[in-house]
Amino acid sequence: MVLLCVIYPLIVAFAGGFSKGNGGGEKITKNGKVVGYALLGQSFTQAEYFWGRPSAVGYNAAGSAGSNKGPSNPDYLQQVSDRIDTLLKYNPSLKKADIPADMVTASGSGLDPNISEQGAIIQIKRIAAYRKLDEKTVAELVVKNTQGPLFGLFGPSSVNVLKLNLALDELKK
Amino acid sequence: MNTELLGIIATYALTLVIAIPLGKYLAKVFAGEKVWTDFLKPLESGIFKLSGINPKEEMNWKQHMKALLTINLVWLVYGFFVLIYQDKLPLNPDGNPGMTPDLSFNTVISFVVNCDLQHYSGESGVTYLTQHVVMMFLMFVSCATGIASAVVFFKAFRDKTTVKLGNFWDFFVKSITRLLLPLSLVVALILAFNGTPTSYEAKDQFISVQGDTVNVSRGPAAGMIAIKHLGTNGGGWFGVNSAHPLENPNYLTNSVELIAQVIIPIAMVIAFGIFIRRRKLAWIIFGVMTIGMFLLLIPTVSSELGGNPALAKMGISQTTGAMEGKEVRFGPAISGYWSTVTTIISTGSVNNMHDSTMPLTGTWQLLGMMINSFYGGCGVGILNYFIYLIIAVFISGLMVGRTPEFLGHKVEAREVKIAALITLLSPFLILAGTAIASYVFTSHGAADWAVQPQNWLNNPGFHGFSEMLYEVTSSNANNGSGFEGLGDNNIFWNVLTGFVLLIGRFLPIIGPVAIAGLLGAKKYIPESAGTLKTDTLTFGLMTFAVIIVLNALSYFPALALGPLAEYFTMLK
Repeated sequence: MVLLCVIYPLIVAFAGGFSKGNGGGEKITKNGKVVGYALLGQSFTQAEYFWGRPSAVGYNAAGSAGSNKGPSNPDYLQQVSDRIDTLLKYNPSLKKADIPADMVTASGSGLDPNISEQGAIIQIKRIAAYRKLDEKTVAELVVKNTQGPLFGLFGPSSVNVLKLNLALDELKK
Repeated sequence: MNTELLGIIATYALTLVIAIPLGKYLAKVFAGEKVWTDFLKPLESGIFKLSGINPKEEMNWKQHMKALLTINLVWLVYGFFVLIYQDKLPLNPDGNPGMTPDLSFNTVISFVVNCDLQHYSGESGVTYLTQHVVMMFLMFVSCATGIASAVVFFKAFRDKTTVKLGNFWDFFVKSITRLLLPLSLVVALILAFNGTPTSYEAKDQFISVQGDTVNVSRGPAAGMIAIKHLGTNGGGWFGVNSAHPLENPNYLTNSVELIAQVIIPIAMVIAFGIFIRRRKLAWIIFGVMTIGMFLLLIPTVSSELGGNPALAKMGISQTTGAMEGKEVRFGPAISGYWSTVTTIISTGSVNNMHDSTMPLTGTWQLLGMMINSFYGGCGVGILNYFIYLIIAVFISGLMVGRTPEFLGHKVEAREVKIAALITLLSPFLILAGTAIASYVFTSHGAADWAVQPQNWLNNPGFHGFSEMLYEVTSSNANNGSGFEGLGDNNIFWNVLTGFVLLIGRFLPIIGPVAIAGLLGAKKYIPESAGTLKTDTLTFGLMTFAVIIVLNALSYFPALALGPLAEYFTMLK
């Protein structure tokens, strides 16, 4: 029991101390202040930022949860349809058929740090308009912040919303 | 999308590459042959000396089961009290409260039986201390219990006639020192260097870019996540398990966690073949299990990639598949693979919310847990499969008019009775449990419990029924995943699933070990032309058919009421 409960976790904790963020989770700072964790999504609702995915817990990093809504639940379908309307309102030029499912469905953890590439692309116009930036500059930024499949071979590609938004803020200066 | 399918193929291929040599290694370890990890011997003899055990003492099957039940009882009592008083014990930086007795009862049982059904949420329900000395400790030992029981079963068929089946403590300790601990260390380190926290610091707080104050739960999670998968336990550090970005930071760790949970169940099958010197039999078993897995996997992945038809009607694009309850970094394909793997073996960890998966996926998840032996849990998977084998031997014996035999031992009334009882046990527990729950839900909706029965369900209609069915099935299979919308932290669910867990764990271990013990003690009959061969393709197909027929007969009505009904209404 000593071996399993004390020695083993201590070895792991010791080794973990050498990883990024010293075993406490990798933090991201802006102007010397911690503004978030690289792996944890946070809420972006202002029009000038790229939005993340809907979260069932409002991005509460101390109480992760999914919505657990079943696929045929009428309340849930209403919710999705409302999210579509919100997206269309803020992005007037957007066509319904271009909205990817991840932008209107809640993530499993409620803390998903990523959106799909398409999810970022549909927001470019809005961001550029609000920030008075060239659409091309913003589009380039999205491409730069898109993480491709693992080793270029396995899995989907994704965009880290926090990193993208911070890069966006950098651009302004 | 192709990269997503490639991801599944690569993950599975790598699983086999690791599992097959691991099986060979395990066979050697348990046969007492020389292996390269023998440098750990002093550690083991130290443990034996401290606890006053003679690891050379041979036990028969009854003594084995006595040892197993005794030690499990000790863990139950110990864990129960530690959880209740966790608020008064050290290492509780977040100031989390102690558990209520019914929640503690449920939690400790569920961890002792390798299920890890969690009616609490990791961030707020337990402390760093209990995560270690209860959760993680039980993850190691419950898995080792399963492996040790499987080795006892192996032992019964190694020699022609024997009642001496080795020493339970010897198998138990070796499972930990030679297998679980070293592998966990490797997995934990991979996780730590990909961003899973390992330090003992308490909750953190930061101000987000938009100016919101955010609290972040963390803690020394990497070590626990490693054994949670290797030991097919599945209990997460955080509430949402491996969907949490700190518990499962990226696609690479996702694959590592996926591989970790399947290697031991596969390795045990390979080890079985080598250990009893009948490799062909093991390959046939492996083949049947693999076919079973793919039959569940392919429709699951395709239904998830297909997306939600109700959302399709709204006119949005679902090129990425169904995304509710899923994480972008994994995508629906590997999430589908995960949900298949985690239900066919008894892990029950999740990287996506099963409650939000498509209705057909729900059907395959339930079926995977009902069968519970396509690979199956650590050690217990092969024991479950053995029950189906005995039934298949019996039925085919009757069909061709030969005395049923398995590996040179006559299968007689007593063994078949045990096998039949164990086969009947699962449907009984699952269906009766769901029936009681449905009755309470409809007739006593206002009962004064922490969650009133009328508020149990997070989803109306057929899906709500599926939530209850899933919970009981998961308990019986010692799986531990859930349709988590269910309001399950109240006295009814805690007690009901507590008992289902206990019965669903120990009888299906004792049954097969008893059969093996009884068979092993019988006179060995050399193979002749009249022997029913169990290591042929035909017999493999026969076993497969037995598995399908038994499960279809038992569960089809329940599945039809839940996920299948939901599926057909959604098609409208």
